[in-house]
Amino acid sequence: MELDPRIPGGPLEEKWIRYRKTVKLISPANKRNFTVVVVGTGLAGASVAAALAELGYNVLAFCYQDSSRRAHSIAAQGGINAAKNYQNDGDSVFRLFSETVIGGDFRSREANVYRLAELSGVIIDQCVAQGVPFAREYSGYLANRSFGGSLVSRTFYCRGQTGQQLLLGAYSALCRQIGLGRVKLFPRTEMLDLVVAGGRARGIVTRDLVTGSIAAHAADAVLLATGGYANIFFLSTNAKGCNATAIWRAYRRGAGFANPCFVQVHPTCIPQSGEYQSKLTLMSESLRNDGRIWVPKRKGDTREPSEIPENERDYFLERMYASYGNLAPRDMASRAVKRVCDMGYGVGPSGRGVYLDLTEAVARLGGDLLRERYGNLFEIYERITGRDPLKAPMRIYPAPHYTMGGLWVDYGLQSTIPGLFVLGEANFSDHGANRLGASALLQGLADGYFIVPYTLGEYFAGTVLDGVSPAGRPFVDAQKEVQERVARLVAVQGRRTVDSFHRKLGALLWEHCGISRSEAGLRTAIEEIRALRREFWEDVRVPGKTTEFNQELEKAGRVADYLELAELMCRDALAREESCGCHFREEFQTSDGEPFKDDGRFCHVAVWEYMGDDREPVRHAEPLTFETVKPEDRAQYASQGYTRSRRK
Amino acid sequence: MHWIAEFYRSTPGKKFVMAVTGVVLFAYVLLHMVGNLQIHLGPEELRGYVRLRYAAPGLLWTVRFVLLVAATLHVIAAVQLTVRNRGSRPVRYAVRRYREADYASRTMIFTGVAIAAFGVYHLLHMTFGSVHPEFIRSDVYHNVTSGLHVPPVSLLYVAASAVLGLHLYHGLWSVFQTLGLSSPIYDSWRRAFATVFSLVVTLGFGSVPLAVLLRTL
Amino acid sequence: MRLTLYIWRQKSTTDKGRFVKYEVENASPEMSFLEMLDMLNRQLIERGGEPVAFEHDCREGICGCCGMVINGIANGPAGGTTVCQLYMRHFKDGAVLYIEPWRSRAFPVIKDLVVDRSALDRIMQAGGFISVRTGSAPEAHTILVSKETAELAMDAAECTGCGACVAACPNGAAMLFVAAKISHLGLLPQGQPERDRRAQAMVRQMDREGFGGCSNHRECEAVCPKRISIRFIARANRDFLRASLFYSKSASGKAGATGKTKRCFEK
Repeated sequence: MELDPRIPGGPLEEKWIRYRKTVKLISPANKRNFTVVVVGTGLAGASVAAALAELGYNVLAFCYQDSSRRAHSIAAQGGINAAKNYQNDGDSVFRLFSETVIGGDFRSREANVYRLAELSGVIIDQCVAQGVPFAREYSGYLANRSFGGSLVSRTFYCRGQTGQQLLLGAYSALCRQIGLGRVKLFPRTEMLDLVVAGGRARGIVTRDLVTGSIAAHAADAVLLATGGYANIFFLSTNAKGCNATAIWRAYRRGAGFANPCFVQVHPTCIPQSGEYQSKLTLMSESLRNDGRIWVPKRKGDTREPSEIPENERDYFLERMYASYGNLAPRDMASRAVKRVCDMGYGVGPSGRGVYLDLTEAVARLGGDLLRERYGNLFEIYERITGRDPLKAPMRIYPAPHYTMGGLWVDYGLQSTIPGLFVLGEANFSDHGANRLGASALLQGLADGYFIVPYTLGEYFAGTVLDGVSPAGRPFVDAQKEVQERVARLVAVQGRRTVDSFHRKLGALLWEHCGISRSEAGLRTAIEEIRALRREFWEDVRVPGKTTEFNQELEKAGRVADYLELAELMCRDALAREESCGCHFREEFQTSDGEPFKDDGRFCHVAVWEYMGDDREPVRHAEPLTFETVKPEDRAQYASQGYTRSRRK
Repeated sequence: MHWIAEFYRSTPGKKFVMAVTGVVLFAYVLLHMVGNLQIHLGPEELRGYVRLRYAAPGLLWTVRFVLLVAATLHVIAAVQLTVRNRGSRPVRYAVRRYREADYASRTMIFTGVAIAAFGVYHLLHMTFGSVHPEFIRSDVYHNVTSGLHVPPVSLLYVAASAVLGLHLYHGLWSVFQTLGLSSPIYDSWRRAFATVFSLVVTLGFGSVPLAVLLRTL
Repeated sequence: MRLTLYIWRQKSTTDKGRFVKYEVENASPEMSFLEMLDMLNRQLIERGGEPVAFEHDCREGICGCCGMVINGIANGPAGGTTVCQLYMRHFKDGAVLYIEPWRSRAFPVIKDLVVDRSALDRIMQAGGFISVRTGSAPEAHTILVSKETAELAMDAAECTGCGACVAACPNGAAMLFVAAKISHLGLLPQGQPERDRRAQAMVRQMDREGFGGCSNHRECEAVCPKRISIRFIARANRDFLRASLFYSKSASGKAGATGKTKRCFEK
């Protein structure tokens, strides 16, 4: 597998400018002769579909939801970063860039990250023009907030629903193109395979989720914007439908999968209340600014928190991390919480939860001020748990939230399969081993509005594409494979539900490939995942037929792919013998429990190549070089405030 | 398509027509009520009011024409909208509960039909006299007192006043919404406005048959 | 908790559909309504039956996928919520619940509780946007929006397109949805050039889809998960009236303009 990132030459600040200066263009009259398949209609998918249609390409857009407006980008709460420096507080493209690189623990590609920061400004312009109702000052100017303790205020937001509003902006642009007939939308349609012909991505195979019919769609390029795979953990903050099927099928067709083990865990989510729980809801981490985190000192203490006297409480974050206290960085806090719960000190019915106590803040600031500050969070919490956070301490627990890993792409966001482009969370490109808060939305829109419309043109201009037809050989073959696979799922007729497998897989991964990983654990996990996969194909029960609306069948296909991806995640975690960013290997820590990062051996992107079901995948490495911000300078940046605690 | 036709074809267009004609009809209802109330002052005052009415035949017929047009449009639009609304839910809910929609809003079409039917009866009764056993063409006071002397008729008139009030209770509020009249400045008064005027109309009209029935005249 | 459920089962759009009775035991008050249905489905699958189809995705009340009518009220008795955020503690032990899909001519049932809401998307495609080409936007700060206007626009923009307003409306009207969209963009300075065209196009498409007309029953507002106010309906009516009575699509400033166009200048 050749991993040429194809980064343009020149100084960092000029790479994208140079690229755009020299990029080959397609004549307007010729663009209509190209058909592009876009899978997924979240921020990245909707924006790229709209942008390409505006340019004149024929676009076929696909989403599994009933409407293109429902992709999970909609659930992002906090905001979107942009280096506008409207606050005159010292922000700049360079600062956003360097914070992102450092936040990613030097496991992302410098040139890509710089471009992301560079494009952040025009994205805000574009969104405002579309009618995104960003928060404003009384003067009418845009308001900013500082996010996750960043030293600058560069986050633009729409109350707690920024993702929703940005998605509705991109969706409206897409709607306009659909109305004009330039985009054909296929809602309730799931991509089940990629078609590669002549070494290039030339189409996809889909299943119509209403009728069950399986069809092939031919195109000149395929764009995947299908999001991340944190839902592999079953209990995550992702939507129930989030899946890895599109990228996993692409991987099986030859696309490299980069850093699959990089999963961001969010420390403050509402914990599971019982075995039936289907989803975890995120609570903004800002609550840790005013809350103290504790557990009872006695194991299995079932007293009400108010009945536990002060000297019988363990404020473990304050105890373990004297300097950070309750504001300990995400990954450290998550690990500590999991550890105390695993030791049996956890609270709540499942024992997987710790108290986030606002009592002191109430005494200090008053309930009204807290309500003003966190009103909507309190409302969410109370709606879900039925408890008022100002009366009794909240219970929180970490949950998987975002996957930095994804398909490997070069500077132009093209995967190792020519003609297959990957955008947004589905690719690996910008966040390294951990993502800054409020940068996921930024990446989706940058990829969709401003990067791929250029790089795709470059691909078309430099390539001679033969005509292909959905009736041709590779399409028919792929279609047949999909049909067989779908039929196989229904044919098992075992005894267990799809969810029971998914739940078990999630628990396994959470235990061994979650917040903290060890060699022994990962090896066990790989064995158990294989066993679970066998069991799945022998004992899963998918009721109904393949030729009808069948939600269990949809889930089954996604879980079957998760069962394969899970193993790759563990392999990747096992091979990365260091601790960096979100990835913490128990064997690789300093004596005081700090992660031990090995830049000498692991300053690279791990890219996995599929070799067939009966052979082990091969790990390749794309070395990462840092010319501008260097790993060894980290301490210097840290002293300027770029500490690890400054992440979202 | 001509813009008027296109406008009327839309649901907000029909609602606009209903709202405007509704306002016209309401204005007439108010005038009519004020006229009716003269009866409490005595026969001469009422006759004076009636003479005033017939003093300018041109104006009278203009008003009658406008009323006829408004009532016709109001009814046609109402029927068309009701048909459309009923058609928008071919399979009905097995269980239906309302959180906000009140009795008045849900029965607009029924109260509307009842008012229209009563209107026809009222014309035959008090204007043409064809269903009035003691009708004297030029003596309004006599027609009213003798006509409403019969308890069932009188009660029908009271009931009609109540139904009209119910219709207006929703209509007078709804008209603001339909005509796009909403502002934080007066929104809180819209409900009060509708309540007060629907009560005024009910009491104003209802007072006449009640007064006749209770022989206070 | 013990519950008796009468759930609408319908195999496909053409199937007639009927209620099927289910008994659920061991439901927990801490479950969401959808988790209770998950539990029922698990039991159905394990007994060899067909699970109840219902739409859901984010399960945190923002994607707008889920929705069903529970005992005659869209999204159940709690009010101002989606069903994924409706918890069983709002129901009494032993409750009997009738669960039905959104019922509207414009929302044909696909299966059981799943309906086709693409009518709402077509309304958006008709005009629910600002026509700005990617890359042609001016610097964000050249467009000033007062805080009050931005907040009001945001109130409208929060609409998730779930369709509860249509389901709850005694007339099956989609006016709250359409009004929220017209108002969101119509309030902002960016949305002014297309304001009239947008209001007309969206209302026209709404009518084509077969929704009923708004009679100001206020049921929509009462069930809206985002509590969007019917004041926006008044606002949208105003925009539509203004557009219809004072604006013409063929507006042209050239000499010899028709009477139709003249209306444009008379305003």
